[in-house]
Amino acid sequence: MPTIPFDEPGAYVAAAYVIFVVLLVVYVAVMARHVARTREDLRRLADAIREER
Amino acid sequence: MSGSRLPHLGAVTAAALGTAFAMVFFYAPVDADQGFVQKIFYLHVPLGIVALGGFVAGGVMAAQFMRTRDRRWDLRSYVAIHLSLILSVGVLATGSVWAKASWGHWWVWSEPTLVSFLVVFLLYSCYQPLRFAIEDPDRQARAAAAFAVMAGAFVPLNFAAVRLADAVTHPRVLGATGGQMPVAMRLTFVVAMLAMALLYVLLWRLELMRKTTAIEIAALRRALEQRATTPVPSIAASPLRPSPH
Repeated sequence: MPTIPFDEPGAYVAAAYVIFVVLLVVYVAVMARHVARTREDLRRLADAIREER
Repeated sequence: MSGSRLPHLGAVTAAALGTAFAMVFFYAPVDADQGFVQKIFYLHVPLGIVALGGFVAGGVMAAQFMRTRDRRWDLRSYVAIHLSLILSVGVLATGSVWAKASWGHWWVWSEPTLVSFLVVFLLYSCYQPLRFAIEDPDRQARAAAAFAVMAGAFVPLNFAAVRLADAVTHPRVLGATGGQMPVAMRLTFVVAMLAMALLYVLLWRLELMRKTTAIEIAALRRALEQRATTPVPSIAASPLRPSPH
């Protein structure tokens, strides 16, 4: 089993994988914000329906 | 796939990504030519293939929209292209890191593979400004579909042209002449490819579900507002009311 080196090539490899993880986390965070906004819209809609009744 | 299956898809995707990364670092041998830096290949290449595949899929979905005029296809195409654009940022960034580690430069303008991917990325960067510059939803969908179909057809043509080009600084790991990967490397690559494809499908489904829900909520709100402003006819005045006589 090869060991993971912490030299210059290892730093480049780590940088590439960190970029991927950061991209994924940012995407999920943006998605979570959008989902929260959608939930808020849904709550307002439910309130409007209740008021009308 | 219904929304109830998404958690299963999420679990399978997480397991596949975990397995792929474990195989990259603890199973696949270190490349004799490039050394440890070659490990970037298992991330960069699947990302690139999935991103380009997503662009083509977006074009196919747009063609379906043009054929059926069903707005759901337009939304699917939009989400596929949007997601591929995000993955393309990852392809360019990881590719630059690999280029710096292998060739000593962050970017090589004389290399057709790099430049052609940048061209595809810049082409699709125009998709959203074009789309949202048009206010009328029908015209917007038609223009976006025309763009997606043409750009989607350009992607494989571009890929083929690059393969025929002479300059080959960029490794040809999956070509007819450069595919002599050991079994362990090939297996790791296949698992990484599968994991990336699953991730794309998962994110596509999630985003599609969120956008569909938001559209449905907006439609319901409009219907509610319309009902509130339209006077409800009295039952007494209704012509359908049975006559007392």
